[in-house]
Amino acid sequence: MPKTHPSLIKFQSSQHRTADAGRWVRLMLDSRLMSILLYVLIMGLIIRVLMTGAQAIGYNWQWYRVSDYILEMTDDGFQVGELLLGLVTTIDLTFRSFALAVAIGLVIALLQLSSLMIGSRIAIGFIEFVRNLPLLVLLYLIYYVVGPIFDLGRFTASVLCLAVYHSVLVAEIFRAAIQAVPLGQWEAARAVGLSTPQCYRYILIPQSVKFILPPLTGEAVHLIKSSAIVSVIAVAELTTMGRNIISDTYMSFEIWFTVAAIYLIFTLILSIFVTFLEKKFEVIN
Amino acid sequence: MIEIRGLGMYFGKFQALSNVSLSVEAGEKVVICGPSGSGKSTLIRCINRLEEHSSGQLFVDGVEIGEETRNIRNVRMEIGMVFQQFNLFPHLTVLDNLTVGPVRVRKMSRRDAERRARKYLQRVHIPEQADKYPSQLSGGQQQRVAIARSLCMEPKIMLFDEPTSALDPEMINEVLDVMVELASTGMTMICVTHEMGFARKVADKMVFMEEGEIIETAPPEEFFNHPRSKRCQMFLDKVLEH
Ligand SMILES: Nc1ncnc2c1ncn2[C@@H]1O[C@H](COP(=O)(O)OP(=O)(O)OP(=O)(O)O)[C@@H](O)[C@H]1O
Ligand SMILES: [Mg+2]
Repeated sequence: MPKTHPSLIKFQSSQHRTADAGRWVRLMLDSRLMSILLYVLIMGLIIRVLMTGAQAIGYNWQWYRVSDYILEMTDDGFQVGELLLGLVTTIDLTFRSFALAVAIGLVIALLQLSSLMIGSRIAIGFIEFVRNLPLLVLLYLIYYVVGPIFDLGRFTASVLCLAVYHSVLVAEIFRAAIQAVPLGQWEAARAVGLSTPQCYRYILIPQSVKFILPPLTGEAVHLIKSSAIVSVIAVAELTTMGRNIISDTYMSFEIWFTVAAIYLIFTLILSIFVTFLEKKFEVIN
Repeated sequence: MIEIRGLGMYFGKFQALSNVSLSVEAGEKVVICGPSGSGKSTLIRCINRLEEHSSGQLFVDGVEIGEETRNIRNVRMEIGMVFQQFNLFPHLTVLDNLTVGPVRVRKMSRRDAERRARKYLQRVHIPEQADKYPSQLSGGQQQRVAIARSLCMEPKIMLFDEPTSALDPEMINEVLDVMVELASTGMTMICVTHEMGFARKVADKMVFMEEGEIIETAPPEEFFNHPRSKRCQMFLDKVLEH
């Protein structure tokens, strides 16, 4: 056995030690506790910067007034505050436009996949038109141009705008998911004698669900966020309410923080719900 | 039962079938063989219109198959098809794979459809697998479920497209046995396969295809012992070697 040079032994062991330390640092960084600590640290820093900034411009914090805008305690019990009313409108807006977006999206996806040349042309035309317009311009088009023609109110115009804008994104999700099902499934279904609608209903769509669900929820979260844009036509949703309160009270910091937190909670709940659904589907498949 | 006259079929500019003629009587068993890419799958897929032919005529049970065919689904109901890759519906249990056709297409009640499904599962020797999902079965079992799925529609004709070529060797026989049993019930069958032992046992007619054409049609003894064309001879030598 060849003799190892003493300095080499030392080198090896020191290298060994650094590798060990490296693993330890990695483990620490990966641990949940560490992530939480880091998160708190970063958030703390941001808040601190904001606070000192606010102090520098002489901001007058009035957090104690915010709760009234959520739930107000009056002599005859609780009264729903303006922010909560805004949230209800936002939810209403989101649900309606999402349902409509899914319906339109499904139709577009089916048209696009259909063997009818005219069907796919119409679908592609619609998709390109909507996708290449800024959301704000689409809203103005629907509210100021289409609205007066068909006598649409602000709320209806907003639902329509959000639904149209998101329908093309939803259509893309449907199209990709349906195409992810192998061709052999189509062939087997048709060979058994199922009609095209039955193929979709019993064979393709059930298999597509697991491809659809995660991105579709992402789209729902996206929709909640883009719903804030309808505040430019003064639909009384969360963002509009926040702005109105600020113009009365000048509490811009507190209110915008609160509005942001409410959106965050809303979208987080949705994400958790989806994780739960995904797990459930995993079990079935 | 099936009458094919001068069938031609194109994939774009590529001619996959040219001037194919074949007639199959009720109860007859036809085995089609030929090298890869010779158009065997294309031919049998034309019969239930999974592919659309571009010239010639095709009749199934007296009904012409073509653009004018009013209700292709009524024809498909009478034609069972078994694929190389099984193509079972992975989100449905074995039982539901078998009942979806009878319930949705034949409009049977669930109960009758389930009774029928169990009968055909018995027929393919796997009655105990009814409540499993396809992914929980072996390849041979999956293919037998696929056969049972087709039989549940009680078709007049069964088409097989290389039903054993995706299977491990030890599972080939369990599927072939089921097919031999099916043949003995008098079913009209068209099988694309390179299993020559099976062909010898059940075929009434052998068909050899190459480059989209039928080169030779003959009864099995004649086909195996005295093939007329040199191409066919060479092909048989290659297949029988194994
Ligand atoms: N969808 C398609 N588009 C274009 N060409 C195709 C298509 N399907 C098959 N072909 C071509 O048509 C020819 C016949 O194909 P087919 O699948 O009928 O052959 P096959 O005899 O079944 O071969 P194999 O033994 O490999 O299954 C092949 O040359 C193939 O490349
Ligand atoms: Mg083939």
